[in-house]
Amino acid sequence: MTATLPTDALATARASARGARRRRSPIDPAPATPWLFLAPFLLLFGTFVLLPAALGVWISLHDWDYTFPNHPFVGLENYQALIDPSSTASGPFWESMRATGIFTLASVPLLLVIPLLVAMMMNARFPGRNFLRAVYFAPFVLGVAVVSVLWRYLLDTNIGLVNHYLGLVGLPDATAWLTSLPWAWVALVGVTVWWTLGFNAVIYLAALQDIPAELYEAAHVDGASAWQRFWAVTFPGLKPVLMFVVVNTLILSANMFGQSYLMTEGGPGRSTRTAIYLIADTGLSSFQMGSAAAMSYILTVCLMILSAAIFWLFRDKDARRTGKKVRR
Amino acid sequence: MTAAPPTAPVPDRTVRVAGHRAGSVVRRRVARYVALYALALVFVSPLLYMLVTSFKTRADATGVTPSWIPDPFTTQAFQTLFSASDTPVLTWFANSMIAATANAVLVVATASMAAYPLARMQFRGKGIVFGLVVAMLLVPGVILVIPNYLIVSEIGWLNSLLAIIVPTAASAFGVFFMRQFFVNLPVELEEAALLDGANRWEVFVKIVLPLARPAMATLALLAFLTNWNDFLWPVYVLFSPETRTLPAGLATLQGANQVRYDLLMAGAVIASVPVMVLFSFLQRFIIEGVSRSGLKG
Repeated sequence: MTATLPTDALATARASARGARRRRSPIDPAPATPWLFLAPFLLLFGTFVLLPAALGVWISLHDWDYTFPNHPFVGLENYQALIDPSSTASGPFWESMRATGIFTLASVPLLLVIPLLVAMMMNARFPGRNFLRAVYFAPFVLGVAVVSVLWRYLLDTNIGLVNHYLGLVGLPDATAWLTSLPWAWVALVGVTVWWTLGFNAVIYLAALQDIPAELYEAAHVDGASAWQRFWAVTFPGLKPVLMFVVVNTLILSANMFGQSYLMTEGGPGRSTRTAIYLIADTGLSSFQMGSAAAMSYILTVCLMILSAAIFWLFRDKDARRTGKKVRR
Repeated sequence: MTAAPPTAPVPDRTVRVAGHRAGSVVRRRVARYVALYALALVFVSPLLYMLVTSFKTRADATGVTPSWIPDPFTTQAFQTLFSASDTPVLTWFANSMIAATANAVLVVATASMAAYPLARMQFRGKGIVFGLVVAMLLVPGVILVIPNYLIVSEIGWLNSLLAIIVPTAASAFGVFFMRQFFVNLPVELEEAALLDGANRWEVFVKIVLPLARPAMATLALLAFLTNWNDFLWPVYVLFSPETRTLPAGLATLQGANQVRYDLLMAGAVIASVPVMVLFSFLQRFIIEGVSRSGLKG
C-alpha cells in the first residue's frame, strides 16, 4: 500500500528536488492536498454516515416522537422496554426478530449452496456460457419492487402461473402462497433465491476461474474422487471470496424488507413482518424514533456478533494453515 | 515428493482414466447443458410473462387459464397508466432517471477524488480515514435510516429528489473500489508528470482519470442500478405521488390497483426496461464489477 514508489525513482525525485531548495519535492504532496481531494467525500460521509451512526445512539436514549417538539431523555428505557418481556413493545419486536431469523436461516444456506452448484456447472468452456451467465444474473438487475410485484401476480392463489403449472403436473393447485404458513416463507425465500442467486454465482465463478487447472489434473492423476477434488482443490480455492459471500449474504438476508412489504404485507397476521419492516414502520410511519433506533441497534449488534463469529471461524483456519506452513 | 512411485503403472492408469473419461464426459456434458438451459428457462420465463401480461387486457391478465400470448394484443394498460393522475408513472420515470444519474455522477466524482490520495499520497490521518471507510462498509445500513430521516428533514429535503440523490452518494464501497484500481495503475507516468512540474490535480485529471475510465464506468453503472432500484428509503422519504421514484411508485400502484395485474405488470415493465437495456449492453462491466466486489475482503 505504501511502497508504490520504487526506491530509485524516489531517490531521483529527491535529488532533483534538492536543486530547487525552496520547493518541496513534487513527490511529497503539500499537507493540504490530500484533504482537498478527500473533502467532497468526507463532507457526504460525515453528514450521512458518521453523524447518523452517532446520532442514532442519541435518539435511542430519548422518547423521540418526531411529531412532538420535545424529546425527553429516558436513558436506556427504550432498550429495557424491548428486552423486558412484560412490556408491550417487546412482543412485536421479538416476533419480528424471529421472522428475520427464520428468513435468514432458510435463505442463507440456499444462497450459499445453489449459486455454488451453478457456478461449478458454468466453470467450463462451452458455447453460450456468457449468455447463460447473463440470464442467471438478469433478475438481480431488477429491483425488489419489480420482483415482488411480479411474483405476487405469479403466486396468486387463483390465477397465478405457479399454481396453474403445479396443477398441470398433478400437484395441489390452490396453495395460498402469500397468505398462509409455511407457504409465505417458502414464497419469500424462493423468490429471493431466484432474484439474488446470480450475484453470488458470479462471485463464485470469478474465484473458480482463478483456480489453476493443473491442480484439478494433478488431483485427477492422483485418483481423487469428485468429492475429494471438491474439498482438496475447489473449496480452498474459494477461500478468498467465501468469507465475503457468507457475511454479505447474511447481512442482506437479515435486512429483508421489500419482499415482505410488497408480497405478504407482513402477513399472515404479523408472521412475516421482519425486523427492518418493524423498524421502518415504528420510526418512519408511527414516528416513534427512539424505540425504532433502539431496535436498529439491537439488530445491528446481533448482526455484528454473527459477522464477528464468521470472521473468527475463517481467520482461525487460515492461522492454522499458515502455522503448518511455518512448521514445514 | 516422497519416495518415487514405480513408474510402470502410471501410464497404464492414465490410459484407463482417460478411457473411462471419454464416455462419462460426453454424458456429463449433455446433462450439464440440459440442467443449465432448464434453469435458464426458469429464470427468464417470469420476466417474459411480465412483458406478455403488460400487453394484455384486464380480463385477459386475470383469466383463470394463463396464456403466453396476449389476446387481443393491446397497449391499453400503458395508456391507462400514462393518463392516470394519481399514479403518474411518467413522472416517476423521470424522477428515477434524474436521481439515479445524478447519484451515479456524484458517487464517481467524490469516490475517485477521495480514493486518489488514499492510493498515492502519504499523509497524517490517512490510516484513520481509510479505517473509517472500511469500518462503515461492515456496518449494516439499518442504523442510519432513522437518524438520516431526521438529518434530511432538518436540511429540508423530505419529499424531494435530493433526499434520494445525496445521502446515498457517500459511498464507502466506491472509495474502496476506486482505490483498489488506482493502486494497481503503474506509477511512472504520474511521477514523470510531477517531475515536469504538473500539480497533483493536473496529474489526477489528465493522467489518472483517463486510465481509470473502465473502473469509473463500472462504478457508475453499479451506483445507477442501486439507486434506480432502491426501495425502503424512497418509500418513506418521498410521500406524495408526484415526487416518487419508480420502485416507490410501484408500491403506490399496487396499493391503488390490488388485482389490476395488467397495470401492475405494465408498471413493472416500465421500471425494468432501462436497467435491462443497460444490462444487455454493458453486462460485462456490471458482472465484472460485481465479481470484483467479492475480492474486496
